[in-house]
Amino acid sequence: MNIVVCVKQVPDTATERKLRSDDKTLDRDAVDGVINELDEYAVEEALRLKEAHGGEVTVLTMGPAKAADTIRKALAMGADKAVHLVDDALAGSDALSTSYALAQALGRVGFDVVVLGSESTDARTGVLAAMLAERLGVPQLSQARKVEVNGSAVTIERVTDYGYDRVEASLPAVVSVVEKINEPRYPSFKGIMAAKKKPVETLGAADLEADAGQLGLAGAWSEVVDFAVAPPRAAGTVVKDEGDGGAKAAEFLASKKFI
Amino acid sequence: MRPGYAVAMIDLLDLDAQLTPDQRLVRDTAQEFVASRVLPEVGSWFEDGTFPARELAPELGSLGMLGMHLTGYGCAGLDAISYGLACRELEAGDSGLRSFVSVQGSLAMYPIWKYGTAEQKDEWLPRMSAGEVIGCFGLTEPDHGSDPGSMRTHAKQDPSGDWILNGAKMWITNGSIADVAVVWAQTDTGVRGFVVPTASNGFSAVEIHKKLSLRASVTSSLYFDDVRLPAAAALDVRGLKGPLSCLSEARFGILWGVTGAGRACLEAAVDYAKSRIQFGKPIGSFQLTQEKLAWMAVALGQAGLTALHLGKLKEAGELKPYQVSYGKLANVRAALDIARQARSVLGANGVTLEYPVIRHMNNLESVLTYEGTQEIHTLVLGETLTGLAAYR
Repeated sequence: MNIVVCVKQVPDTATERKLRSDDKTLDRDAVDGVINELDEYAVEEALRLKEAHGGEVTVLTMGPAKAADTIRKALAMGADKAVHLVDDALAGSDALSTSYALAQALGRVGFDVVVLGSESTDARTGVLAAMLAERLGVPQLSQARKVEVNGSAVTIERVTDYGYDRVEASLPAVVSVVEKINEPRYPSFKGIMAAKKKPVETLGAADLEADAGQLGLAGAWSEVVDFAVAPPRAAGTVVKDEGDGGAKAAEFLASKKFI
Repeated sequence: MRPGYAVAMIDLLDLDAQLTPDQRLVRDTAQEFVASRVLPEVGSWFEDGTFPARELAPELGSLGMLGMHLTGYGCAGLDAISYGLACRELEAGDSGLRSFVSVQGSLAMYPIWKYGTAEQKDEWLPRMSAGEVIGCFGLTEPDHGSDPGSMRTHAKQDPSGDWILNGAKMWITNGSIADVAVVWAQTDTGVRGFVVPTASNGFSAVEIHKKLSLRASVTSSLYFDDVRLPAAAALDVRGLKGPLSCLSEARFGILWGVTGAGRACLEAAVDYAKSRIQFGKPIGSFQLTQEKLAWMAVALGQAGLTALHLGKLKEAGELKPYQVSYGKLANVRAALDIARQARSVLGANGVTLEYPVIRHMNNLESVLTYEGTQEIHTLVLGETLTGLAAYR
């Protein structure tokens, strides 16, 4: 089975994130990049699918040169090879232009199943999997907490507010996963050493045979008009219980429209 | 969020910015393993005086941590700085855990890998790197510590060519849980090493109790009563340079490892200083406390610089034994001083196992002494400076 796992390098959530003052996109140079956490679960699931059904796991990422670190981590976990989409023309992509670029790349790489995290911790749009499936013309199975492949069919348990749905589709398909799905493995020291020798193909915008107007900031349909630093969290309100604590707490919640 | 993910780490000099992406992956794997598997339980292991070696060994093995700096036989083949980083993160968990890994990789596997026959390597190394077989290293004796050259344990070849081993060893990490021991003994041609299966007739091991340090680590005495070994059990190295070459590998791991213990103590002290309120404000706002924290951070930064520098020398194949002595002496001392300062910041809470500080502090008393006491490493530097050996 030809499994492609899409991963994204995102700013470390433990550090302060900044937008650039000129084009108001994320300043990726200013922060440490880490693999998007949900994508680690996607890598793990891709590896488990390979272990169960054979085949090959290819890592696909779009990002600046330093996103190579994220590729390295996925390869160290056990993926077989990687494709790195890197080009200044791709900078500033929103979800729509990202899905376009990735779909073009996937068309070139080929796949039976594409696995990815259901959202990233930076933009948090959560729409990429759907856009990707639409552009590729294949079924999307989203929010998976369990994935099973049987012949040419893929079945997932899709997490919902009230429990889960069983959703089945035929391959090829796009599957997005949530953190309940597995426990990602650590890259073993042998895996880290082996990753050095695994092939990483670098593709530029020209390799995508794409319409340049749909790529990067130029192809983005969303635009950041303005931004401001979030105000520091104000001190909380202390309600002193003088026999009427319950009523005061209820009043407070009502004033904030929580009840 | 997974436990241990994106652990905040004090590194005022940004030393880790000098690491390669692969070295960072090694660090992160060790750090996440310690955070999820070790830190939740190690206080109890220490209190109970146990170390779940049989459970942990296969886990450490599958991550490639056993014999990590060796090549072949299932070993990962890491560079020297990666080896150091892994030791640092393991010891940020507990010195006992790092000791287990040091002994398995540098003291038991390394001599077999370096001086063993092809048969010995094939027999032992793959299972040792997988954590299925646990090893130990017998050099120190009840009456011979810093002066191993006067050891009493001896091996004699009988007419059939078999070796007959007699004597005793003490303070042997992993001794009573080991499947194989690398034992150093006097022979007619000087000190030699022997690969001794612990199931051999005449071999016995007894755990040492009543320790107040390295409690989450198994320490034992070994006894050899006419242990018969085949001629091929002897390692291909003569004299004390055999065991000393192993110790040099392990000491390199220690001079990195203790920076992890020191960092854990500083981090605990900073956290505590920010949350402990006295006189209406966090004790971290008092100058006396800030002075302690700053002092600890400087000591830690210097130890980290020493470790990184010696790592670069080792990578280049230029690391000299006296430089290892320098690092072991300087960094263990720094870590112990940091632990003591941190203990005072934590006040009464500093003496409980609810916090990691007293555990590290007590552990570091052993680390100061084992694998070359601070006194011997001091004399090595004295000899290097003067050309005069004080202990001969």
